[in-house]
Amino acid sequence: MSLQDKDRIFTNVYGFQPWNLKAAQARGDWDNTKALMERGQDAIIEEIKASGLRGRGGAGFPTGMKWSFMPKESKDGRPSFLVINADESEPGSCKDREIIRHDPHKLIEGALVAGYAMRARAAYIYIRGEYIREAETLFAAVQEAYDAGLIGKNACGSGYDFDVFVHRGAGAYICGEETAMIESLEGKKGQPRLKPPFPAGAGLYGCPTTVNNVESIAVAPTILRRGASWFSSFGRDNNKGTKLFQISGHVNRPCVVEEEMSIPFSELIEKHCGGIRGGRDNLLAVIPGGSSVPLVPAAEIWDAPMDFDGLKAVGSGLGTAAVIVMDKSTDIVRAIARLSYFYKHESCGQCTPCREGTGWMWRVMERLRTGDADVGEIDMLFNVTKQVEGHTICALGDAAAWPIQGLIKHFRPEIERRIAENVREAAE
Amino acid sequence: MPKVKVDGVELEVPAGATVLQACELAGKEIPRFCYHERLSIAGNCRMCLVEVKPGPPKPQASCALPATEGQEIRTDSEMVKKAREGVMEFLLINHPLDCPICDQGGECDLQDQSVAYGRGASRYDESKRAVTEKYMGPLIKTTMTRCIHCTRCVRFSEEVAGVDEIGAFYRGETMQISTYLEKAAAHELSANVIDLCPVGALTSRPYAFEARPWELKKTLSIDVSDAIGSNIRLDSRGREVMRILPRVNDDVNEEWLSDRARYMVDGLTRRRLDKPWLRRDGKLVAATWAEAFDAVAKINPGSSVAVIAGDLVDCETMFAAKKLAGALGSTLLEGRQTGLAYDTSNIAAVNFNSTLAGIEDADAVLIVGSMIRDEAPLLNTRLRKAVKKGGRVFIVGPQWDPTYPATFIGDDVGVLGNLPEAVIEAFGNAERPAIIVGGAGLAKGGLEAGLAFAEQFNLVREGWNGFNVIHMAASRMGGLMLGYAQPGGLADLVAAKPKMVISLGADEVDFTKFAGSMIVHIGHHGDKAAHAADVILPAAAFSEKDGTYVNTEGRVQYAEKAVFAPGDAREDWTILRAMADALGVSVGFDSFEQLRAAMVAEVPALGVEGLADYGALPSALLGATAEGVIAGYPIKDRYLTNAIARSSPTLQRCSAELLHGESFAEAAE
Repeated sequence: MSLQDKDRIFTNVYGFQPWNLKAAQARGDWDNTKALMERGQDAIIEEIKASGLRGRGGAGFPTGMKWSFMPKESKDGRPSFLVINADESEPGSCKDREIIRHDPHKLIEGALVAGYAMRARAAYIYIRGEYIREAETLFAAVQEAYDAGLIGKNACGSGYDFDVFVHRGAGAYICGEETAMIESLEGKKGQPRLKPPFPAGAGLYGCPTTVNNVESIAVAPTILRRGASWFSSFGRDNNKGTKLFQISGHVNRPCVVEEEMSIPFSELIEKHCGGIRGGRDNLLAVIPGGSSVPLVPAAEIWDAPMDFDGLKAVGSGLGTAAVIVMDKSTDIVRAIARLSYFYKHESCGQCTPCREGTGWMWRVMERLRTGDADVGEIDMLFNVTKQVEGHTICALGDAAAWPIQGLIKHFRPEIERRIAENVREAAE
Repeated sequence: MPKVKVDGVELEVPAGATVLQACELAGKEIPRFCYHERLSIAGNCRMCLVEVKPGPPKPQASCALPATEGQEIRTDSEMVKKAREGVMEFLLINHPLDCPICDQGGECDLQDQSVAYGRGASRYDESKRAVTEKYMGPLIKTTMTRCIHCTRCVRFSEEVAGVDEIGAFYRGETMQISTYLEKAAAHELSANVIDLCPVGALTSRPYAFEARPWELKKTLSIDVSDAIGSNIRLDSRGREVMRILPRVNDDVNEEWLSDRARYMVDGLTRRRLDKPWLRRDGKLVAATWAEAFDAVAKINPGSSVAVIAGDLVDCETMFAAKKLAGALGSTLLEGRQTGLAYDTSNIAAVNFNSTLAGIEDADAVLIVGSMIRDEAPLLNTRLRKAVKKGGRVFIVGPQWDPTYPATFIGDDVGVLGNLPEAVIEAFGNAERPAIIVGGAGLAKGGLEAGLAFAEQFNLVREGWNGFNVIHMAASRMGGLMLGYAQPGGLADLVAAKPKMVISLGADEVDFTKFAGSMIVHIGHHGDKAAHAADVILPAAAFSEKDGTYVNTEGRVQYAEKAVFAPGDAREDWTILRAMADALGVSVGFDSFEQLRAAMVAEVPALGVEGLADYGALPSALLGATAEGVIAGYPIKDRYLTNAIARSSPTLQRCSAELLHGESFAEAAE
C-alpha cells in the first residue's frame, strides 16, 4: 500500500517538466477553473471539509473549517483577504519551495479557488526572502496568469475579480507565524499579534483574513476536481489525504516525496530514501516534523504512522512533515543545542519568556554539550522550558521548548554521561 | 454586563472590560509591566497571567483577554503562582540588579513586584546581557541594560505624543529600545516616558542621583507653565523642590505633564530675588525690607497707580494687589502683558467652554491662530484623540505639525468670513462642532469673528458648547474674574501715565512704555521686569505659597505650599499687605484666611473647586468680521516661556539643543 503515480497531486515536484503555464495546463492545472468556481462558494468549502484536509503548515487545523470562519458578506464594507504563507523557514522543511519553483500554477489556481470560496478580494503570497529564484518564478507565473486572464478582473471568465500579490519577506523565521506575517505585510516589524481578535475577524489591514500554507492551498483545486472522497481515501481517519514528506539527514537518498498520510516511517524511509545510512540499527533518533517538534528515538519511530495522531502518540508531531533523520554518528546534544541557538536567534523579542528564555536555554544547552554543567541543571533546564512553554504570545516559545524537552526525555543518560566524563577529566 | 467569577467570588463587570479589569474590580491585584490604562494593550510582559476557564489549559494574559459571561478566573492557583514566578525570573535574569545605584529605586515596579511575586533567588548562572547607553536628549537618561522591553515608551510616543521617536531595534535577546539614530527625543511631552518606564531604564537626566523617593515631601500643586492647570506633585527635600511629577486628573492632564512644566523645577533655585533691591543712580543695589518700604512710601503715588499681573501669579496675589490699588483709589488693573485687548465683558466668551475632556468628543474643530503644541501641549493630546475618533481639524494660521491630519485653510483670519467649502460641509454635518481661538487669533479680532462663526454653525446646542478660547497664562482666567482687564488693554495703563506701576511678576511687559513711572516689582526671579524695576520686592514662586488658580476652561484649583521662599523673600500677599501700611491705606485683611475669605466674598466662584459657571455666550456682533494675516505664533521658544523656565539650565539646554540645533558633547563616562 503506497501512493500510485496516478494519485499524485504534485506531478512536477521534481521539475522534470517546465513550470510555465503551458506545461502546467498540460498537467491539468487551470482546466476549466470556471466550472470549479461555478459550484458556488459554500459547495467548495463543504467539499474541502468533506475531504478531511488539515492545514499543512504544522498545526493541522482543518482547512475547510478555517475557510468557513470567514464572513459570508461584508457588513461594513471591509474586504476579505487570503494570505498564503510561503515563508518556509522551519529547519528541515523544503516542500513549499518545490511547489513554488516547479509547480507555481497549482498554487495560483488554488489561491483563486480558495480566495473565491472565502470571498476574498485578493491573495497575498508572502514568500521567504531567501527564496530568490523561487520568488522570480512565482512573479513570472503570476504574470503569466494575469496575461492569460486567469486572475485579475473577471478571473477565468467567472465574473469574479481576484488579485494575487507576491510579497517577499526579509529573512525572519517569526514572519511565518500568521499574525507576524500580517504585521510584516502591513510594513511593520514582524511580531505576532495578540489573539483574539483572530485574523478571520480582524487580520490584514484590519480586514477578515485567512492565512494558509502553500501546500494547503495548492492541493485545493485537485481535491475539487477529483472529489473529496478520492482525497479522503488516503490515510487514517482524521488524517486524510496525501502529503509532501521531506526527508533529510542520515538516509541514503534524502528527498521530497508525495506520499499517503499515515504511511509508516519505516516504509517511507525504505521505499523512497534508500534506507537509513548504515542500516536500520544505525538509526539514533528522528525529528519527524521540522525542528520545532520533539525528537523520537529509533525504537519508537520505526513503526509509527506518519500522521498527526500517530506522531502525537509517540510524543511528537507531524508539523510540516520535515523528517530529520539522525544516525548514531550524530552528536544529539549538539544537534539540539544548535536548534536552541536557532530559536534564540529568531525570537522576535516581544514577550518575556521567549526573549529571555531562549537565550538561557541555549546557553545551558551549550554547556550540556560539553558536559560543563551540574547534573541538577538538567532538571532546571527542563523546568525552564516548562516556564517558557504556554506562556508566550505565539507558538515560538513552545517550539523552542519542545526539542529540549524531547532531548531530556529520551537522552538524559547521554547528557549525564557527558557531565560525569567532564568531571572525571577535570579531576584527572 | 457579563458576570464572571474571580477566585470564587461572582461579580458583574462592565461590558468590554478585560479579565485584568475584572480582577481589579474584585479587589485582586494583578502584577503587570506592559499594561497601562492609557496606552494600547501590548500583552508582552506576560506578568499578568491568570487561569481562565473555559479556555486552553494554560495561563492567559489577563490584560488582553476580554471578560465574558460565565468565566471562572483564578488569580491564586498554583499554576498562576508558578507562571508569575517564571516570568519574574525571566525578567530578572538579564536585569542588572543594580538597585542601590538606580534612580528608580524605591519607586520601581520591578523591585516591588519581584518582592511580591518572585521566587527570591535566581537559578541563572550565565553572563548577563549588557546594552550600550542610548542618547535620548537632555531630559531622558538611559540605562538600557535595565530595560525589560515592555514598550510603554514606544507606545506612548506613537499613540499619545503622535511622533515616531522611540522604537525597538533588533529582535530577541538583542532587542533594544532607542530613538532613531539616537537623536534626542524632541517632543514636548517626551519626559512622560520616564514616569511610564516601570524600571530604571529611562530616568530623569537632570534629577539623576539627586534624591531617593522616601526622602521627599510630597505637596499637591498646580502647574503654572501654561493655562491648562495640570495637576502636579512637588517633591521637596528641605528647602528645595527636587522634582515635579504629574498627578492623575482625568479632567485636566490625565496623567501627563509637559516637559516645560516638569523641568521648570531647577529654575526655582536659580536667579532668585532673595532680598529687596532699590535703583539708585540707575543701578540696583541691595537693600533691607525697611529701606524698600521707605522707598515705596516715598513714591507717594496717590491714586495714580496701575497693577500689571504676570502670567504665573495666583488669584490671592492679584486680589491683594487689587485691594491695595482700590484703597489708593485706582482700578487700573491689567494682566494681558503683551497688549491684547479683546473684549472681556462676558467671560464665557473667553473661556474654553467645551472643557479639556469634552473636546475629545468634538467631530469638527476649527483652530484660529494657535500653535497648540507650544501653547497647551496637553490640549493637543486631546485633539489627537478627537481625530482618532473621526473628528476633523481645520487650522487658520501658519503651518505647524499637529501630529494628526489637519487642514490649513490660510493665514488670514478673514477666512472666517469666507469659509472654504470643506469647512462649511464639515461643520454643517457635525454633531459636536467646536472652535478654538488662540492668542494669535485674539490679536487679530478672532474673538468676534469666532463668535459669529459659533452663531453661524450653532456651536452651542443641547449638552454641548463648542466655543473655546485657549489662553497661555496660568493667571489669565483668574485675572479676568478679578477684573484684571481694561477695555483698551495695556494701552489704557500706558495712557494713564501712572506714577507707580506695581508689577506682579510681570516679566513679559515692555516697560519702556512706562518710562515716567516708578516701577515696583513684586517677583521671584531676576528676569525682564527686574531689569526695569525701581524697587524690587522679593516674592514667592508658585511652589512657595498657597494659591488659587483658574485654568483656561474656568476650573478653579488650589495649590499648596511646598517649601519656603529663599532668603528674605516673602509670600506676595504679605508684601502687598505691608505696602498698604507703607502707603498709609487699609486693605482689610491681616491673614491669608481673611484675604481668601474676602476674595471669595467678592468672587464666589473662586471658593469652589471645579468649573466656574460664566453663563451664556454673548450673541455675536452683527456682521463681525476679522481681518489680518497671522504672521506667527506668540511663543517663539516653547521651553523658555516664563521667568522660571528661563532660569532653568535644563530648559535652556533643551532650547539650545532641541530648538536651535546646538550640539552638546557628552562627557565620557
